[in-house]
Amino acid sequence: MDKFPIEKGTLLLRPGRVFDPRVNLDRVADLLIVDGKIAKIGPKAGEGFEGEVVNLPGAVIVPGFFDMHVHLREPGREDEETIESGCLSAAAGGFTEIACMPNTQPPIDERSRVEFVLDRAKNQLVTVHPIAAVTKGQQGEELTEMADLIEAGAVAFSDDGRPIDRAVVLRRALEYLKMFCRPLISHCEDLSLSEGGMMNEGVVSAVLGFQGIPPLSEESGVVRDLLITEYTGGVIHIAHVSTARAVRWIREAKARGVKVTAETCPHYLVLTEEAVRSFDPNTKMNPPLRTESDSKALWEALNDGTLDVLATDHAPHSDEEKDMEFQSAPFGIIGLETAVGILLTYGVHQGRMKLNELVYRMAIAPRKILGIPENLIQEGAKANLTFLQLDLEWQVDKNRFFSKSRNTPFHDWKLKGAPIGVYNNKKLFLHPMFLNKGGNRH
Amino acid sequence: MELRTRHLLGLEGMKKEEILLILDTADSLKPILDRPIPKVPTLRGKTIANLFYEPSTRTRFSFELAEKRLSADTISFSTGSSSVMKGETLKDTAKNLAAMKVDAVVIRHSSVGAAHFLANCLDACVINAGDGTHEHPTQALLDMMTIREKYGTLEGRKVAIIGDIAHSRVARSNIHGLKTMGAEVGVCGPTTLLPMYIEALGIQVYPRIEDALEDAEVFIILRIQLERQKKGLFPSLREYRALFGMTKERFRALKKDITILHPGPINRGIEIDSEVADSSKSVILDQVKNGVAVRMAVLYLLMSKGQKMERKGDG
Repeated sequence: MDKFPIEKGTLLLRPGRVFDPRVNLDRVADLLIVDGKIAKIGPKAGEGFEGEVVNLPGAVIVPGFFDMHVHLREPGREDEETIESGCLSAAAGGFTEIACMPNTQPPIDERSRVEFVLDRAKNQLVTVHPIAAVTKGQQGEELTEMADLIEAGAVAFSDDGRPIDRAVVLRRALEYLKMFCRPLISHCEDLSLSEGGMMNEGVVSAVLGFQGIPPLSEESGVVRDLLITEYTGGVIHIAHVSTARAVRWIREAKARGVKVTAETCPHYLVLTEEAVRSFDPNTKMNPPLRTESDSKALWEALNDGTLDVLATDHAPHSDEEKDMEFQSAPFGIIGLETAVGILLTYGVHQGRMKLNELVYRMAIAPRKILGIPENLIQEGAKANLTFLQLDLEWQVDKNRFFSKSRNTPFHDWKLKGAPIGVYNNKKLFLHPMFLNKGGNRH
Repeated sequence: MELRTRHLLGLEGMKKEEILLILDTADSLKPILDRPIPKVPTLRGKTIANLFYEPSTRTRFSFELAEKRLSADTISFSTGSSSVMKGETLKDTAKNLAAMKVDAVVIRHSSVGAAHFLANCLDACVINAGDGTHEHPTQALLDMMTIREKYGTLEGRKVAIIGDIAHSRVARSNIHGLKTMGAEVGVCGPTTLLPMYIEALGIQVYPRIEDALEDAEVFIILRIQLERQKKGLFPSLREYRALFGMTKERFRALKKDITILHPGPINRGIEIDSEVADSSKSVILDQVKNGVAVRMAVLYLLMSKGQKMERKGDG
């Protein structure tokens, strides 16, 4: 078996279909890639080409997916995920670019640490964009050197994992960031309302006796942040939205012109608090799994554009930490290698979302929000592509993940539709699990 | 008739026939406790580990006594006397117990779901002796045994649970068990100590203790913990007693026959006055005695599951 991914500057891709709604591209065509760039698109793109041909019968080639909410654990917890393993995991999940959160140990709060991440990621297929901390040490007090961090390569700022507790600090951060047109990504939570909570406050917590994390704690954080954003004229992106009322407040703020974008994650769409009855620590994350009506509101918000982005909040934890009694296990699950399959199955195939919306939320919107160049599928552009096999039926097997961690609630799930490979930075990755199931090289 | 599982993790989802089986078995085992030599050989050769990760006197003694009455070999620890202090995880403790061929494990732990966790990684029978604020099934079983002893049946009994419902594993197990047995259950306590979405439990809420006293006949008084006040959930013990205490004044004003239960330990003069706790209406000490019988029944039924009975339970 080949080492993953493989260097392949020049090759011919022969899928079933090429799809990029931005350039009105949706047709049966081959893609000739020369030196990492798209040289030709068309049924005869490979005429006269004598190099390597990758046959992807039945597959759709779409713009490379971008996950703007990933936790890599390097530096600090390399046993859970390194930058390299995180990149492989992303590629295996169909992503060509990711933005990584700064809550490493130490956190990404100064220039040298941004440079460290970029240096570690420089030869990867997956392009890594560091998000830097809003405050030094993510302590919620002093602002980081944002100009310096941006110059080093930071694409956004976040203290994710924790909210910025003091309103005045958020205000100053949003005001300061206006100079650079970079978004602040906010983890909205009122800690005084959620402290000690283990799962959503609702009927299941009432029965199980767990202390609840009320939806109110997220919503009051969202409302406060929207007020401060509106007042300052700043730009905010709300991470991992999980409740119906949070959606309503964001929708209302957008209508009034507040510069807000927002994301949700696959697990909030397909799981509810009911899953916690299993006491499986892989159903424990923050914000917690909510209710059926929240999930429904999230799907609607994706349809009407209130939610701009689908991100994973990929949060690796070792078995040593996670495989224990629910209350002692840390919050968070991994998601890079299941997100696309889940969204194709429950979104596209079950009629909740069209393929072009999925492409918009996973490839186009994140790049817009973070100010990263578009990856158009057109001749002359850099080849940055995801290969989807829409009808492929497969079963999630956490033991075959490329991530170093296994903390997923989706083990054994049967899905329809898979990311079978990606291409970026002159590198090709074909997922070994799906080889000979719609993707093979000659 | 047998229990459906090898474990007793909670009363949620347990069938009426199963609860009846446990209560009937407990009734038949109880006379053993009054014999000159109160011991039967039922579980001879079996080993039971008692893991108490939280301080407990009553429940631990009750389990140990039940085990000894059935002639099981027992090993016990409570926090502070074992490798818990050395940072050993629950999973490793479980694996060690499995390696030592323990037949049953009784566990009290501060984590919700701890007993379920253990049951998933152990072949032995697991008995939940209280998991955080979730369930305490043997307590509810002994409460039901005690109520049934007095009234003959649980069907149609009106039971009120008074106090900190949100944090009470005793309340949760009793609610599930009593409802399954056909009793009507209501709860009463400060609104900050009732769980949100309490209606999910299918019970009524008495806004004032007077409403409960008016309507119900059996009262389970819960221990109020001072730490809840420190967390700001209610202003003072004084005010708690004034609003929800089973005081002698309220007790004396009653014109009907009632029954008072309390899982212990009692805060005399706070949630219940001594005059009430020590009155003829109180069955608090019957609860303690029945606790041993109920735990004997549970151990016997779980540990003899799938095996041919060598001897009848009553020796």
